[in-house]
Amino acid sequence: MNARSTIFALSSGLGRAGVAVIRLSGPRSGAVVERIAGRLPLPRSFQLMRLMSGAGDELDRGIVIWLPGPGTVTGEDMAEFHVHGSPAVIAAMLGELAGIAGCRLADAGEFTRRAFENDKMDLLEVEGLADLLVAETETQRRLALRQFSGQSSSVISQWRESVLKACGLIEAAIDFVDDGDVAAQAVARVRPAIAVLIAELSQALKDSEAASHVRRGLRIVIAGAPNVGKSTLLNCLAGRRAAIVSPIAGTTRDVVEAPVMIAGCAVTLADTAGLRDAETDPVEAEGMRLSHAEIVGADIVVWVESLTEGQTVMPARQPDLVILNKADLVSDESIQIRNDMWLGQGLAVSLEGGDGVSGLKAVLAGLVASRNAVAEHAVVARARHVTAIGESIRFLNDALSRPDDLLELMAEDVRHAARALALVTGRVGVEDVLGKIFADFCVGK
Amino acid sequence: MSKTYDVIVVGGGHAGSEAAAASARIGARTALLTHRFNTIGEMSCNPAIGGLGKGHLVREIDALDGVMGSITDRAGIQFRLLNRSKGPAVRGPRAQADRKLYRQAMQETLQNQSNLDIIEGAALGLSLKDGNVVGVTTEDGRGFSCRAVVLTTGTFLNGLIHLGDKQIPAGRIGEPPSTGFSHQLAELGLRLGRLKTGTPARLDGKTIHWNVLEEQKGDDPPQPFSFLTDKTTTPQVSCFITETSAKTHEIIAANLLRSAMYSGQIKGTGPRYCPSIEDKINRFADKTSHQIFLEPEGLDDDTVYPNGISTSLPEDVQDQFIRTIRGLEDVRIIRPGYAIEYDFVDPTELDHGLMVKQQKGLFLAGQINGTTGYEEAAAQGLVAGLNAARFAAGQAATVFDRAEAYLGVMIDDLVTRGVTEPYRMFTSRAEFRLTLRADNADQRLTAKGLDLGLVDGRRAHAFSQKSAKLSDLRARMSALNLTSAAAAKAGLKVNQDGQKRSALQLLAMPDVSFDQLAQIWPELLGTEDFAREAVEADALYSGYADRQTREIEDLRREDGLTIPANFDYHALPALSMELRQKLSRVRPSTLGQATRVDGMTPAALACVLHGIRKPNVDDAA
Repeated sequence: MNARSTIFALSSGLGRAGVAVIRLSGPRSGAVVERIAGRLPLPRSFQLMRLMSGAGDELDRGIVIWLPGPGTVTGEDMAEFHVHGSPAVIAAMLGELAGIAGCRLADAGEFTRRAFENDKMDLLEVEGLADLLVAETETQRRLALRQFSGQSSSVISQWRESVLKACGLIEAAIDFVDDGDVAAQAVARVRPAIAVLIAELSQALKDSEAASHVRRGLRIVIAGAPNVGKSTLLNCLAGRRAAIVSPIAGTTRDVVEAPVMIAGCAVTLADTAGLRDAETDPVEAEGMRLSHAEIVGADIVVWVESLTEGQTVMPARQPDLVILNKADLVSDESIQIRNDMWLGQGLAVSLEGGDGVSGLKAVLAGLVASRNAVAEHAVVARARHVTAIGESIRFLNDALSRPDDLLELMAEDVRHAARALALVTGRVGVEDVLGKIFADFCVGK
Repeated sequence: MSKTYDVIVVGGGHAGSEAAAASARIGARTALLTHRFNTIGEMSCNPAIGGLGKGHLVREIDALDGVMGSITDRAGIQFRLLNRSKGPAVRGPRAQADRKLYRQAMQETLQNQSNLDIIEGAALGLSLKDGNVVGVTTEDGRGFSCRAVVLTTGTFLNGLIHLGDKQIPAGRIGEPPSTGFSHQLAELGLRLGRLKTGTPARLDGKTIHWNVLEEQKGDDPPQPFSFLTDKTTTPQVSCFITETSAKTHEIIAANLLRSAMYSGQIKGTGPRYCPSIEDKINRFADKTSHQIFLEPEGLDDDTVYPNGISTSLPEDVQDQFIRTIRGLEDVRIIRPGYAIEYDFVDPTELDHGLMVKQQKGLFLAGQINGTTGYEEAAAQGLVAGLNAARFAAGQAATVFDRAEAYLGVMIDDLVTRGVTEPYRMFTSRAEFRLTLRADNADQRLTAKGLDLGLVDGRRAHAFSQKSAKLSDLRARMSALNLTSAAAAKAGLKVNQDGQKRSALQLLAMPDVSFDQLAQIWPELLGTEDFAREAVEADALYSGYADRQTREIEDLRREDGLTIPANFDYHALPALSMELRQKLSRVRPSTLGQATRVDGMTPAALACVLHGIRKPNVDDAA
């Protein structure tokens, strides 16, 4: 009987390749492939397949590799899905896999552990250890901090405190029953303490849901004053006429989108209405409002200015890339002056003439690659955290369902909750719990 | 050198007694070396055995045919099962013991133990030859040779009593400390530390106003500790409860700086769960009163142990504050309370068999390892005595793991994490608490004890009978079954899914009791209590069984991966310096143990794994 779970993890180079590799290991790997791809491909071959959700939606088209054990790096049955490297696709795949019975996100270093146990360490050594450095618990915790501490940086330490409190009360009620009124006091306080923790965790889940609506890939927003060449830039990057270009200011009144591949990653380019001080008509005003919203919500803001005109507006936030267009129409000296205003960060080009466009594309590609890596990592971290918090909440609800005369079962549930949450709060050990008890109660005869 | 022994146990306290008995039981020629025969089995502190976690340990000692359980049954004068209103996993047996009866029973038991000589004398030091333990010498110049030594020095290693501003070198009040061993242990390169514990004044019961106090009766009938005791015959008495008053707190607060604890004289760390009364009043200033249990020290002894007011205040202050306690207004103090400091050896110096890693043949048990409590001491004594005897016979050590016994949890905690204060057992320390119950200690351990030769014929017989009855009941209850419709008809709250369920499965449902099942199947009516309780406990926790089984498998897989004793952690550059130092100090023997070292992370663990697998890592240093 093999009761081991099948584990999976994102094991690609985090966005560098534009292809995300999700790797599985464990007894259900084959079944998972059949479920996602419809059938098992030939062992050890690359096969392009449609990857479907349980609800029948297409998640992606990707390469599937089926690697039956024991001749694999972990010694177990394994599989790989090579999918598009966008956070949305990865999140959908990870979510789908997590929903399959017997399947869960791998713990840090777990692939290496399995490899070791199956005497396969040598093959995986270097790679596995590198993985570990990336997936180290502390990194996870930092990401958790970033993710859930929007309102208050003390959220996570508050959770730890709440976990300790719940554990401390329940263990005090069990172990110090012979110590005056300690146990009675503790019992009276344990359910409210658990309820508080559940409320804190549930709120965090809700907040994080609202905050990080997973976007369809990175969104690059092109913004600037009217008629500086924004739409020209879009068409240039898209390699086709996606936006109407005219010399009349305010031609782009809506947001024009174009899906493109940059640095091997799927991104969305958004061309926005030009920003200017004077609002002429209501339609244009609405366009400008949309532009502002786009700039604020963008992953990457590309700000375009025309060197032939003065600076009339400034972006709502620091742009990631400043393009100084129409460089062929002005003197080197005036380019220099304008660039100084952008602290030398501007990129002088001529979108019409093509001067400097290849340099621009290279800079943009670099930006996309680095942002995508962060986004992917955050998606994995988020999946992990959401799973952990959800699991904790389930255990805590189980705990509340126990009667007072079965405190040891309540304690068991709370211990499991604490363990699930350790990813975020750090490990809560027995000594920590005892310390909490001794600080809160005068125990000892 | 006179007679040659396999094992010499130094110290006749709870660790030493159990160590000597265990060593002798498995057939090793054993000697117990103690100052005085008459103090063997002395209860230096409170006259009670057991409690939560501690009671579990006593049951485990008993399951391995140790002596503490049955002696408590003979000496116990008030038995209480703690947490009776909670589930079986967290019920802990506890008993007040008559100190004299306990001592006498222990002395008699050891005297009657075959293979065991009791030698009176003050141990001076170990005799070593070519790095091996070859004997023990005494202060009066005698020498005894042996192959292994178990040191159980309790609070005697450089013991120093603090009574207010007075300091008295002693191991126990009125008994001289042992000074030679500390020196020798330090010379062997062992890390020594200093701990502290305390005891309250002893009161004359004839001068207590009992009639104004709340009485606490024991259980009726008393539930014995030993699996072999049918029922206890010693007369049962009550304890009484009183509490400190505002006046008590006033006096103690005013004299705080005269306490050895607060004057800065005491360097050792005391246990947080057993604070002195001055500590309680200082730290919990808003608490206006603290409970005190007045525990009789014996049937024909008027001495009373006031549990809850251990102190190192000077005698005159003790005298004053004790008389402000209800019922104690006119009390006579037989002897004052005191604090005692003593040396201990960092237990991470030991392996899981309780042998000193740097000195083969030397075993340590009890307070010398940084623990507190008779039960903790006795449990270690048993393991150390067993393994000393096995060492003397050239056999490998026997280790108990965290999934099979509280004593395994305790020893693993000690040798892996060390101690920062005296270590006491709590049920919360056991991650497999639902499985490690006081009621099933025999089912967990007696078979192993039989294999080891620790368990004698009488217990073996009782155990096999009991086990047979249990498996018979389980078999019968899995064979009896009902459809969901029939169950509903019989009045059971069962999901109407058309499923057939066995009696065992039905019992696991929250609203189904054994009595209800016995009404449906009258053949269950005659079931003996122990068997019924066992299936009830299993049923109660069955929802957690699968998970625990899985976790136990994980634990054992990791505990099965050994790390070479000379593994060089400094050759792993990926580990933090702190972890490298910690691991080099603890020297975990298995990967499982390494996971439990403080500060260990998954990545660090993988580095260790990697290191173990890489050839020539030893040469890399």
